[in-house]
Amino acid sequence: MKYKVILPTSVLVASLLFSGCGQKENAEAGQTPAAPTTTETSTTPPADFTVAVEQYRTFAVEQCDLFVKETEKFTNAVKSGKLEEAKKLYAPARSYYERIEPVAEALGDLDPNIDARVNDVDAADWRGFHRIEKALWEDNTTAGQEGYADQLLKDAQLLRAKIETIDIDASLMVTGAVELLNEVSSSKVTGEEELYSHTDLYDFAANVEGAYKIFEILKPELAKKDADLEKEIGERFDILQKELDTYKKGDGYVDYTELKDDEVRKLSQNLDALAEPLSNMGKILGV
Amino acid sequence: MSEHNQNSNDSILKKPMTRRDVLRLAGTGGLGLLLGGSAVGGMFAAESHRKTEAAKVPSASEDQVPFYGQHQAGIITPAQNFICFAAFDVTASGSNSLQKLFQSWTAAAAAMAEGKQVGEESSNHNLPPVDTGESVGLTPSRLTITFGAGPSLFDDRFGLASKRPPAFKDLPSFNGEQLEPQWCGGDIGVQVCADDMQVAFHAVRNLARIARGKAVLRWVQEGFQRSTQADPTGSTPRNLLGFKDGTVNPDVNSAQDMNKVVWARGNDGAAWMSGGSYMAVRRIRMRIEVWDRSSLKDQENTFGRYRASGAPLGAKNEFDPVDLSAKDEKGNPHIPADSHVALARGDGSIQILRRSYSYSGGIDLKTGQLDAGLLFISYQRDLFKQFVPMQQKLAKSDRLNEYILHVGSAVFACFPGASKGGYIGDTLF
Ligand code: HEM
Repeated sequence: MKYKVILPTSVLVASLLFSGCGQKENAEAGQTPAAPTTTETSTTPPADFTVAVEQYRTFAVEQCDLFVKETEKFTNAVKSGKLEEAKKLYAPARSYYERIEPVAEALGDLDPNIDARVNDVDAADWRGFHRIEKALWEDNTTAGQEGYADQLLKDAQLLRAKIETIDIDASLMVTGAVELLNEVSSSKVTGEEELYSHTDLYDFAANVEGAYKIFEILKPELAKKDADLEKEIGERFDILQKELDTYKKGDGYVDYTELKDDEVRKLSQNLDALAEPLSNMGKILGV
Repeated sequence: MSEHNQNSNDSILKKPMTRRDVLRLAGTGGLGLLLGGSAVGGMFAAESHRKTEAAKVPSASEDQVPFYGQHQAGIITPAQNFICFAAFDVTASGSNSLQKLFQSWTAAAAAMAEGKQVGEESSNHNLPPVDTGESVGLTPSRLTITFGAGPSLFDDRFGLASKRPPAFKDLPSFNGEQLEPQWCGGDIGVQVCADDMQVAFHAVRNLARIARGKAVLRWVQEGFQRSTQADPTGSTPRNLLGFKDGTVNPDVNSAQDMNKVVWARGNDGAAWMSGGSYMAVRRIRMRIEVWDRSSLKDQENTFGRYRASGAPLGAKNEFDPVDLSAKDEKGNPHIPADSHVALARGDGSIQILRRSYSYSGGIDLKTGQLDAGLLFISYQRDLFKQFVPMQQKLAKSDRLNEYILHVGSAVFACFPGASKGGYIGDTLF
């Protein structure tokens, strides 16, 4: 579902540079270089998400830059045989990826190459973070991981290059926010994401932060459409964040295995409590 | 989007056609090309036959139990085929959000009891549907949804402490029970019953969804009894030990009996409970394997009734009066003094309204044995004057104890009914 927006020409040119899709529509609009207009003169003109989309793109690119930088530190540690350092760098590097996961997922093969878990792909194709994770924690060694490390860094760089071209629209943002939380609820909250390192809470927090960023950007528009919903989502983010904060340790989070069953359940329930109203953010998109 | 459309176009050719597809094609004249004329005739004949059959399906009023009324539905309502029981814990703070929760629940429950979906569906394709959809097109199936407050709702969280009925508190512990926390308690209990399991499940699921952020599920237990299809005569259902269960129960059609046994009164201690009732729920595991190895004689002596007819031992028919003093030729009582019926009945002065279902929960992973039993539910005017003394006696010496184990327990103060415009629980707030 593409969202059709008519842009002022100056923005248009910029977005043509960034965006690979939606070009036809924009190009057509470009033939009438008038002041900003809307397609139809209906009573409630569809909201203009140009600014929001650009804000989110900036965020995604920023995260991606950091992701490459931190991944490089991690892969360097792996390649130079620094086991403890590699272990320390693993989860923080992944956070940048986890914050923008839906965007990365839109890029086809890159997500499995970077983030596949042991049974997600055929054994022969398995590479990326979790492949190395297994070696570091289960086999307690960096030996033999050099090739995977090189590949991972290359994949990260490829993600950075491709992210410029990705077609982001308001709809992707709205569904992306919910997807981020669904990610948490289906694998991170159960401790299935980080089978060997048990750093699931890093991913958990990063997914939530990624969803929050989207909410933050779309908030003004949502407040216009449904102030109660906007307030409710804000409150539920707060509650979940407070809950997560109790598991902070140093710069990161406690090992997933330290969580008791009822603590996991509570996190999961707070997450569901947030995801439910968040899934109604699509209201801002109109029918 | 376009990909989707393409897929669905393809699929008409690939997938076997549904009856509706055929009818739709028939409407456009396409059917004649696909099927011979006679087939078309047959198809429409089938359709009209279905219509006359539909006339035999219970009418809306038989299939629908009114939600609003003086008392909540689901208490003296004749037991439906299925139950889905849900206990919730409230996570929201403040009596305001609790009140709102009951208001939204009431609206949804009233709609579902009429076979309608919860809430107004919007046409916005960017939103998840308001109703989860699995009951679309299904009849109300005599759905009842009965709400009650657990003792924990009257702690200091909602300012309701002063409203707790003096005689409403957690049950004392009983001999032999092995309660597991995952089957106990709850701030709110919701008994959902219907003649269709999917209709019942749909109700619980949607109530849980509406509650997100305000209340969370604490435990859920599904249950069943023989269905009305399997027993059109409506004879007393058998429990999983093979005995007729529910023979002796107070008469729900007698207002006098119900007022005496079931309905709480304003001057019983809590004005807001006037017209409500107190519910006891026990998840009672049956040691099925052990039971199946015991002789018929032992089984019948356990209950004090014959397995085949359900008649009291020494009597002929199921509904013959239970005479605990009747003796056999050797002078022993026909009905053993420590049998379930003898102990539960006592001198007959204490009664409860039982409304239990069987449950089956797969297997016990430790032993590999069936995890099955009775989701015992009873309604009474006063838990501590009715259920508690009865269960104390049973727990101490019931022969049945060899074959059962109480693993779950909860009590709920079930609100009086709501009238249109009001909501369940409105007398409490
Ligand atoms: C798994 C547990 C139980 C099973 C299998 C069971 C089964 C039965 C059966 C077969 C009867 C005879 C038929 C009838 O009158 O309905 C009966 C009667 C009765 N049961 Fe239970 N029961 C169980 C638990 C309980 C509990 C926990 C209570 C209450 C504390 C209870 C209270 C009664 C009463 C009041 C009667 C009627 C006695 C009379 O007046 O004749 N039962 N039960």
